[in-house]
Amino acid sequence: MQLTVWTYEGPPHVGAMRIATAMEGLHYVLHAPQGDTYADLLFTMIERRAKRPPVTYTTFEARDLGSDTAEIFKRAAKDAYERFRPQAMIVGASCTAELIQDDPGGLTKALDLPIPVIPLELPSYSKKENWGASETFYRLVRGLAAEQPKRPPNRLSRPTCNVLGPTALGFRHRDDVREITGLLFQLGIDVNVVAPLGATPQDLTRLPAADFNVSLYPEIADVAARFLEKEFGQPYSKTIPIGVGATNDFIVEVCGLAGIEVPDLSAFASNMPWWSRSVDSNYLTGKRVFIFGDGTHALAAARVAADELAFTVVGLGCYNREFARPVREAATELGLEALITEDYLEVEAAIARLQPELILGTQMERHIAKRLGIPCAVISAPVHVQDFPARYAPQMGFEGANVLFDTWVHPLIMGLEEHLLGMFREDFEFNDSAGASHLGGHGAAEKVSDAVAASEQTGEGAIAVLHWAPEAENELKKIPFFVRGKAKRNTEAFARDKHLETITLETLYDAKASYGR
Amino acid sequence: MFCGLTSIMWLHRKMQDAFFLIVGSRTCAHLMQSAAGVMIFAEPRFATAIIEERDLAGMADINEELNKTVSRLLERRPEIKLLFLVGSCPSEVIKLDLGRAAERLSMAYSPRVRILNYSGSGIETTFTQGEDACLTAMVPELPHTDAAELIVVGALADVVEDQFERIFEALGIGPVHFLPSRKPGHMPPVGPNTKFLLAQPWLRDTARTLEARGAMHLPALFPLGAEGTTSWLKVAADAFGVSAERFHAVTEMPRARAIRALARYHDTLAGKSLFCFPDSQLEIPLARFLSRELGMTLEEVGTPYLHSVHMADELALLPADVRISEGQDVDLQLDRCRDARPDITLCGLGLANPLEDEGLTTKWSIELVFTPIQGYEQCGDLAELFARPLIRRTRLAV
Ligand code: SF4
Repeated sequence: MQLTVWTYEGPPHVGAMRIATAMEGLHYVLHAPQGDTYADLLFTMIERRAKRPPVTYTTFEARDLGSDTAEIFKRAAKDAYERFRPQAMIVGASCTAELIQDDPGGLTKALDLPIPVIPLELPSYSKKENWGASETFYRLVRGLAAEQPKRPPNRLSRPTCNVLGPTALGFRHRDDVREITGLLFQLGIDVNVVAPLGATPQDLTRLPAADFNVSLYPEIADVAARFLEKEFGQPYSKTIPIGVGATNDFIVEVCGLAGIEVPDLSAFASNMPWWSRSVDSNYLTGKRVFIFGDGTHALAAARVAADELAFTVVGLGCYNREFARPVREAATELGLEALITEDYLEVEAAIARLQPELILGTQMERHIAKRLGIPCAVISAPVHVQDFPARYAPQMGFEGANVLFDTWVHPLIMGLEEHLLGMFREDFEFNDSAGASHLGGHGAAEKVSDAVAASEQTGEGAIAVLHWAPEAENELKKIPFFVRGKAKRNTEAFARDKHLETITLETLYDAKASYGR
Repeated sequence: MFCGLTSIMWLHRKMQDAFFLIVGSRTCAHLMQSAAGVMIFAEPRFATAIIEERDLAGMADINEELNKTVSRLLERRPEIKLLFLVGSCPSEVIKLDLGRAAERLSMAYSPRVRILNYSGSGIETTFTQGEDACLTAMVPELPHTDAAELIVVGALADVVEDQFERIFEALGIGPVHFLPSRKPGHMPPVGPNTKFLLAQPWLRDTARTLEARGAMHLPALFPLGAEGTTSWLKVAADAFGVSAERFHAVTEMPRARAIRALARYHDTLAGKSLFCFPDSQLEIPLARFLSRELGMTLEEVGTPYLHSVHMADELALLPADVRISEGQDVDLQLDRCRDARPDITLCGLGLANPLEDEGLTTKWSIELVFTPIQGYEQCGDLAELFARPLIRRTRLAV
């Protein structure tokens, strides 16, 4: 039994819904109580989809248990087929129906529908949303493409690939697909099928016709991509094109897979490198950033943060254990210990302890950041309505790199303003509580140091309380709020190290000298 | 339609010393964070104990696990005085006896914490029925009294509660208790001389349990609109022997104010047709209000279930030919809705955008349970909720 308030991932059948909703001509019959229909609103409200998810819920009730829930399922499946006339159906159970073991697959088979019906086994009590999406996609690909003939390599026309992984309710999937298919086209590679987003079951039968696959979101596509590799000899790409460096690597990789020459990369310009090199970006140097999300996005963000913005990554982690290993490796390389957890309280504690100047995370971290008064940008699912902007805002490719620069840098206080805030602490209009000029009121100025204090009191109760001499405390207040938490923490650590009980003005500056910025 | 767990969204804010521990699955936890459309990040007073593979496979004793979960929770949140173990579909299907668990744990933690249980499962309850189940579980805990006092049953927004309290005081009815109470630790006393008003239409079992303790239900319209509010107050006034003059004197001003507020929306809403998908059980009283006080016409009024006794007064005021549908078959209802092409469709969040895309104007039903709409002073706000989507349509030129 696991006690939880907020979760990073929903149950696995929600993952299946993300596949079904992304596709056209597919219908999902879900053995589930009426209450589980709540999941529709994720798609219609958060993503603002104008169509209901193609899901029929059987809506059995307590009084049906033990008598005719199987009958209810059969009727629902039959009605759904007749009403929606899909090209193919997936059938399965939610957590409750899993317990009553009605075997949706067998029941539908008995109906003898004239379309492919793919049964899903999604264990709700051990697996989660991403796994459910991945498994569903794999089952669909396997069920619909496996019978297709193997295609002899054809080098007469332009090379082709499939783009695998984008779903409904994905973080910027819509825009990433546009960016990456555009890039592939420019490279001279045609896209055979994009799936699941926008694909029909019919399209999935055409997957084997491509020369190779692009796995855009490994959490969802890798299992299917590995199947296609084994079954049809289609290799797949491993680089995730987030950031300028990774996009360049991606180009090299796909050109290799396509058997074409790597073009002159300078032809594919992004503004990002120059924006990052321009002198005004100097202030970004060494900004302490905390990164948390799904494994793929967290890894990508760490690379961009360190190599393309010269931030210092002070924390890195992910919530999906399936992708823990590469995240651990990347963290080790950065000299950190990866935070692998599904418990947002642990994430919050880590953030409060580390005092980053910027958080790159999910909607959960956005809430944590708001509470602690730390700037934040969202880089990964789980998503919120705000993560579906009206404008084109990919994360991937060269335009994606521009978007990353803008969205990550925007929440920070700008360089010269930072200095002025530091120099004129006592200006009544221009201080902490006024906040950064481009961000509206700040108001959360004191929260960081409060949170540190709180976390230290609860977390490290054994440590003797340090006394701040009044003049040292006053001086501390002159330090801008966005570094004050860190200064306080460093000074106290310094004092403990030196076994001091009282922190004086001297201690404060001794500590400053020994820590640097 | 949501399951009964969803009512924890307002109950946990209303009862400040209570905590709701759902014993369920990842789905239940996911529902709780998706239902309101926003995460309530001010440490919510609810959580989900997610049943896992090992609990089901018998690798862990599930009752033992529950004990541990509760003890960890109570350690971390010492301010909890009342803990609800809330059953879900999975806990019901595996026949986890939360009643026994609550008794067992009550013994261990009494008197510091009282532990009760009810089911909010989607195989037994819909949406607002969760509140009914919760309050029903509380009734046996209420202290006894022989005093002739009034209880208002059903969670109301604090501001509405305050307004009603002032009116009852002016009428000389008092003290008035509210169930659930927003005052920590307060449990309204009940006994053979108690009379109670239902502030919400979804409290069938709560009413029955209160009656079993000797309390008397005062049947009335629900306090939506000027007419509903007046009927509701009048029934209480009569039961407590308030003179007609005094009733008139106290209610005249706010009633006139309500009617004035409604008049502003009359032009927008009169003659417009309404179609209600079943969701909260507010549909019938709302339809009565919108048709009688704002002149709307009714295409169909859906309700999750129909309690004919509690709804008797309401139904009597609806046009004779209106179609009332009970329960949900969403595809058939959608067919009827598309046929009718109503001016406004009251529906759940899952349907709103798809219907808007088909050119229909919608109002989300969940907003009605999260907004103060009862009583005189809220009449205008309630009408505005329905007028806004129509006005918006006429203003937009994109
Ligand atoms: S319908 Fe049942 S399983 Fe689904 S969220 Fe509600 S209680 Fe949980």
